[in-house]
Amino acid sequence: MKALKKVIHNLDPKFEKGGKWEKMYPLYETLSTFLFTPKHVTKKGAHIRDGVDLKRTMFMVIIALVPCLLFGIYNTGHWHYELQSYLNPEQYAGYSDYLTGFGDKVVYGLIQVLPLVIVSYAAGLGAEFIFGFIRGHGLHEGFLVSGLLIPLTMPADVPLWMVAVATVFAVVIGKEVFGGTGMNILNVALTARAFLFFAYPTAMSGDKVWKSGTKEVMAENGGLMPDGSSGATALGDLATFVGDSPSVAGEALSASASNGALLDKFQAAYDPIHAFIGMIPGSVGETSTLAVLIGAAILLFTGVASWRIILSFFAGGFVFGLLMNGISANAYMDMPAFYHLIIGGFAFGAVFMATDPVTASQTQYGKLWYGFLGGGLAVLIRVLNPAYPEGVMLAILFMNVMAPLIDHYVVQANIKRRQKRFKTA
Amino acid sequence: MSKTVRLRKGLDINLLGEADKVKADVKPPAMVALKPADFHGLVPKVVLKTGDKVKRGEVVFYDKYNQDIKFVSPISGTFEEIVRGAKRKILEVRIKSDGSDDVVSVDPIDPSSLSADEVKKVMLDNGLWPFLKQRPLDIIANPAVKPKAIFISAFDSAPLAPDYDFILHGQDQDFQHGLNAISKLTDGKVHLTLNGKVPADKAFQNAKNVEINKISGKHPAGNVGTQIHHIDPVGKGDMVFTINPQDVVIIGKFFAEGKFDPTRIVALTGSEAKNRKYYRTIIGTQLTDIVKDNLESDNVRVISGNALTGTKVDTDGFLGFYDSHITVLPEGDEYKFFLTKGWLGPGFDKYSSHRLFPTWIMKNKKYRLDTNMNGEERGFVVTGEMEKVLPFDILPMQLIKAIMVKDIDAMEQLGIYEIAPEDFALCEYVCTSKIEIQEKIREGLDVMNEEVM
Repeated sequence: MKALKKVIHNLDPKFEKGGKWEKMYPLYETLSTFLFTPKHVTKKGAHIRDGVDLKRTMFMVIIALVPCLLFGIYNTGHWHYELQSYLNPEQYAGYSDYLTGFGDKVVYGLIQVLPLVIVSYAAGLGAEFIFGFIRGHGLHEGFLVSGLLIPLTMPADVPLWMVAVATVFAVVIGKEVFGGTGMNILNVALTARAFLFFAYPTAMSGDKVWKSGTKEVMAENGGLMPDGSSGATALGDLATFVGDSPSVAGEALSASASNGALLDKFQAAYDPIHAFIGMIPGSVGETSTLAVLIGAAILLFTGVASWRIILSFFAGGFVFGLLMNGISANAYMDMPAFYHLIIGGFAFGAVFMATDPVTASQTQYGKLWYGFLGGGLAVLIRVLNPAYPEGVMLAILFMNVMAPLIDHYVVQANIKRRQKRFKTA
Repeated sequence: MSKTVRLRKGLDINLLGEADKVKADVKPPAMVALKPADFHGLVPKVVLKTGDKVKRGEVVFYDKYNQDIKFVSPISGTFEEIVRGAKRKILEVRIKSDGSDDVVSVDPIDPSSLSADEVKKVMLDNGLWPFLKQRPLDIIANPAVKPKAIFISAFDSAPLAPDYDFILHGQDQDFQHGLNAISKLTDGKVHLTLNGKVPADKAFQNAKNVEINKISGKHPAGNVGTQIHHIDPVGKGDMVFTINPQDVVIIGKFFAEGKFDPTRIVALTGSEAKNRKYYRTIIGTQLTDIVKDNLESDNVRVISGNALTGTKVDTDGFLGFYDSHITVLPEGDEYKFFLTKGWLGPGFDKYSSHRLFPTWIMKNKKYRLDTNMNGEERGFVVTGEMEKVLPFDILPMQLIKAIMVKDIDAMEQLGIYEIAPEDFALCEYVCTSKIEIQEKIREGLDVMNEEVM
């Protein structure tokens, strides 16, 4: 290590002001501070400082995302082969089962997912560095997490150039124009996803994108989905069922009976255990509530994520789910409340997106409201507007915008309480 | 009505190197200095010329903008020099000892027989006034104001802090005398706040003329600001004075003996200090005799004060006016490889309030922390960390942001009158983004001083 230290820091003068490679300083700073914590010492104020820094904090989030990434890779492969099995039963029949063909699935998943991760990091870091060069500072760590979150929120088949465009958009418009890490209003990863969702809806929604290789399968099958297969997500499927409802209902059933039949069909297709473990189609990293909860455990244990937000987000979703059950006007509303928590990226959003400290509420009470309303809104959007099964994404983005307002009220309450002390005294 | 306060928030940083409970004498210093920087915002007007003889207790300089506030020499000797920094700012006013002990002396006075104005006059004329600080602003108390209360913290909870019970042991009479004097300055109460966790020394327990409160919890329980907040908070237009117990003793001695006695018992602490004891010395002493032969290595930082709020001094520097504590820490000016001692290392050598480090399972371990920043400065990202170490009903992040944008209304509403930079020292310590929070707080107080006060 000493040799490396020497080599690197002998280069210091060349990158300093007036040095030969002065312009490359941001890049050099990023790499050298990655390898070695700099020798900056405190000057005034507290002479000793906590060991923690943003690098360590952000790295912990990346570790927490690893279970989601790994499961996502496997899940991508699984649904690819599952769809194949409708075309070539003799070749792939066994693969429709979750437990067989592990190696093939992982390899296929890696081939699909790794390029997404690489493109996301390359595009995002590129954009970050351009701003770093303009402002004369090295990389701020925020994007290290965003760069992994972005591919995990994408369908596996999304074209790579779209990922690149969305990432650059999110970094530049979502973050850097506000001043960089710590200054943004909207969650960067969700900005990227929302950008694609509205700019290229065909690549981001519907029933042709969630299983990797759907296009090829349809091409072989004369442009149609193979009989008996479905390409939609759980929430999308429920929408389809609702659309198909006359055929399900058959005769003129009462509305609630029809809803009941729909739900039975839905629950048969997505049994809660499977949905919880993540054996459902969806974006790369969001399907497995189990993997998300492992990540959540890491984040809560280390104190990186706010338990207030995660807990209240789930609580909000569940309470609004129950509320909708009470209203019971369509099949969505009748969906058992706990279902909302385990499908459609709800858990992923709650644990990794809503907790982004920069865009969430910053006050302790504010966090509770922010999470609760976010979770509730996610369910509300899903249930009331089935065209947007991405309720979680939209709810969190909306709450990002509302967070300062929530904080404002918390701050005002604090001010009032503090003033009261003097009046009564 | 005395109060008992229990704090849940705060942080005790376990540093290696407490001072042994032994009092030792050092030889009288050859040189002392008064450092105007110890008194924030002070512009000194020096009345002596180089080579002038000065007695102990004789005026050396006064406050240019409030000429009643005078600062006196802690020794008798000759006026050596004024050390100036950038823009000719006065950094040190040095006085060389002449070995004798000529002292300005007046007749002993019984403070109980004096009026408030008389006590004030004695204190101002004899260099005792600067011991009093005011809140808001945490600067030398304004003699024109009658405070609603006076606060004294009977313990220091900072890392490696000296034990006031030990220091004041046996000085009951002088302490009481001092209390009698300063209690004249207010119509309200003099609050003496004891540590609720351990029984206090008799000097504190038997103090009269005061309201005795108890507070228990982690640091900053011993900060007088925390105690004010929980006992009798300062609002807009209010003012309280604060003073350290050792300084009350100095005031008490003056009234009892008629002489300025700058004796200080100073704790030498820190992992890089040898012979860690309590040394009997004086205000403004040159540290050479205490520190020089007691360092573990050359690459150390000597701090006059504690590790969170003290001032960096050279080994031949001078003790701060208010300080009764010297901390010696290893300098952290070395690169740290990220996997071993750097940002991704296991971190057994780092004390952290975050559970990203194993600190929280090794609660009783004592740490040898250095002065490395442990990271680079960033924008605010992590929220909620400061709230855990600030036992005030104050929103730290919002207040700091209000200061950054100089929003006077918001600062006022969010509680700037109640705080001093030292109250935010722990916030600065835990800040993931390595922002200089104490400095920001001071900037905010300066803005308030200019615009509002």
